[in-house]
Amino acid sequence: MPDTDVDTFSDFIATQVLDPWKGPKKVPAEEYYTSGHRTCQGCESAQLMKLMAKAGGPRSIVLGATGCMYVANTTYYSTPWAIPWMHTQLGSAGSAATGTAAGLKVMMRKGKMKKEPINVIAVCGDGGGADMGLSAISAALQHTQYNLLILLYDNESYANTDIQVSGSSPWGANSTFSPPGKVKRIMNRRWKKNTAAMLASGHPECRYVATVCTAYPVDAMNSVRKALSIGGPTFVHSLDPCPKGWDYDPMYSHELGELAVETGIWPLYEVEEGKLKMCGKSKRIVSGQFKRKPVREYLKRQGRFAHFTDEDIEYFQSKIDDMWEKWLIPGVIPFAAA
Amino acid sequence: MTPPDLAVAEKIEGPSGETEELISGSEAIAHACRLADVDVITAYPIRPYDTVMQYVSQMISNGDFDCEFIVAESEHSQFEIVKHASVVGARVFCGSSGVGWFYAFEALAVTAGLRVPMVAMVGNRALDDPGAFGVEHNDALAVRDLGWMLNWVSTAQEALDTALIAYRVAEDKRVSLPCAISCDGAFLTHSQTLVKVPSQETVDSFLPPYDRAEKQLHPDNPITIAPQVNEDWLMEMRRQNDMAMRRARGVIIEVYEDFNAKFGRGGEPFIERYMMDDAEIALVGMGTLAMPVRVAVRKMREQGKKVGFVRVRWFRPFPTIELQDAFATVHAVGVIDRDYSFGSAFHSGVLATEVRSALYPMESPPKVISFIAGLGGREVSADNVIEMADMAFDAAAGGDINEQDTHWIGVRE
Repeated sequence: MPDTDVDTFSDFIATQVLDPWKGPKKVPAEEYYTSGHRTCQGCESAQLMKLMAKAGGPRSIVLGATGCMYVANTTYYSTPWAIPWMHTQLGSAGSAATGTAAGLKVMMRKGKMKKEPINVIAVCGDGGGADMGLSAISAALQHTQYNLLILLYDNESYANTDIQVSGSSPWGANSTFSPPGKVKRIMNRRWKKNTAAMLASGHPECRYVATVCTAYPVDAMNSVRKALSIGGPTFVHSLDPCPKGWDYDPMYSHELGELAVETGIWPLYEVEEGKLKMCGKSKRIVSGQFKRKPVREYLKRQGRFAHFTDEDIEYFQSKIDDMWEKWLIPGVIPFAAA
Repeated sequence: MTPPDLAVAEKIEGPSGETEELISGSEAIAHACRLADVDVITAYPIRPYDTVMQYVSQMISNGDFDCEFIVAESEHSQFEIVKHASVVGARVFCGSSGVGWFYAFEALAVTAGLRVPMVAMVGNRALDDPGAFGVEHNDALAVRDLGWMLNWVSTAQEALDTALIAYRVAEDKRVSLPCAISCDGAFLTHSQTLVKVPSQETVDSFLPPYDRAEKQLHPDNPITIAPQVNEDWLMEMRRQNDMAMRRARGVIIEVYEDFNAKFGRGGEPFIERYMMDDAEIALVGMGTLAMPVRVAVRKMREQGKKVGFVRVRWFRPFPTIELQDAFATVHAVGVIDRDYSFGSAFHSGVLATEVRSALYPMESPPKVISFIAGLGGREVSADNVIEMADMAFDAAAGGDINEQDTHWIGVRE
């Protein structure tokens, strides 16, 4: 560093050391996201909350942006949170994490609070994170002097408000703002935003960005633990199958999460200290050890794609093929060399 | 722009470590932040309030002030960041102007709803469009119904003093509401006057540390804040905010008493009365408007016209009792609004509507004439003030001034 920034480094507050759990049997039984919520049956975002709270442990503060995990989770007098939790505004996950981390840091520096590493985790949905809150998350990832994690639970629509299309919804998906009709079959013509890679490539000082899926719960928890241990602002993006928004039987949540990865629609990777590592089945897709399943298997399981014609499915498949065959970094960075 | 360092022309040691410095209203607020040992400050540029952040950042880089200084990426984030810092126990400061304040509007609403005792500065500025840098009060006034305490100051000294008072009132357990200090853009934010800067010891004896106690968000206190309450509980919570604002009145009186005793200045808490003792008519206004009005009042007094002036210092809670008292014997009141409220009862500004409402229950209330003047930073001259006073005299004498209309002063028709 050319300038020894007293504020940033001399009072550096260490993070908790949260080693990865090697397999489900090593995961402790204690829950910090408990009974009291009223999320839908098969809600994978609720599952993610449970995993995240477990991974972070009792010395954590959680900030929840408006969305399913606020409205369905925190009815007054029946909070499921055994750790401190506070609501923040829809676009404020980044700001809430920054403010909380800054407040803790300065109080500890000035001796107004006992010095100890406290996890700060802000959670937001795809509406709050990938749409409205994107600028605040981007700003949070630039403030490298604060230890915080922003966890985006992506159920691919504004599911809390009646399933409206978001910038993170798949192309063509039926939603209450993109219903197929007599004249227009495909109302949502936006391709899903590549949020995690955008944030990783746009914030090179951010030490950890990862994608996870609740179908792989131990990996998801270990990602959260790594993000909290590594220091500075970090970002984890989770794809969460949503029975209500995707229109399928709740019993298939886990299976759909797996299919999202196996079809190549949801690549799993982590960018740690500037190094990209493909994870799980996605790693095997890149190495050629695992052949991607046709997207048709994934699309046909969900009512939100029931209006798709063969042509639509082919188009969807071709876009996924491009991701893995034409992108500069398969599944991650969508440029081709000129 | 003048670098903050060069702005200090002279420093004179006063009693008990107090110094006298030639500084602007913005720099006075920055000194208040330093003296209040604020923990987290967030900045985002918009004129004219942002000068306060230039002074704050210079104080920090010079090592004169220790706080987390975060340059946010928008006003919305600016206010959300400090809201959350306050909830974990940090004393916070923030501010904005004009449309910047409006960009933060959602955050402003929840800050009051959550009763976060934030202190903010509004460098009053006209709202876009069309663009204007000058003062109008509509920015700060927009939060008047939300549970923000609001005050308007007229000098840099009052800005510094009121910021310290604001922390004490806002953080008082009986209140716990945010407070915004309005400083007229340019006229106050950018104008230098001699200001008595108190010593740290004096401030420490007046302002206790911020203590959130059982409402602090911390792993040792695993509470859930701001859950969904719906129709089951929302009304009770609104009522609690109402009661807090009602209690603020008594706390403000108590805090001014202590401030006056410790600092030897401060004055009457809610309003300033200028030549009101034998006044037959009175003018009312807020902020730096006081200066031309005082000049005009003195001129008219020389001509034997019994006119007085009441400057509203605290707009929320509104000084209903003080205004009823101040106007008990006057025949007409001319309210000068540096704001507008299009389509309101008499097409007046906001202050006139509030004053009318406050005086209505009086047994024989004075006539209320409403004026709109000085919008967009246009100068309100002493002659303008005399014109308004004369209209109020005319109304008092039963002239043909239409009370049920609002008079725009100094406007090209």
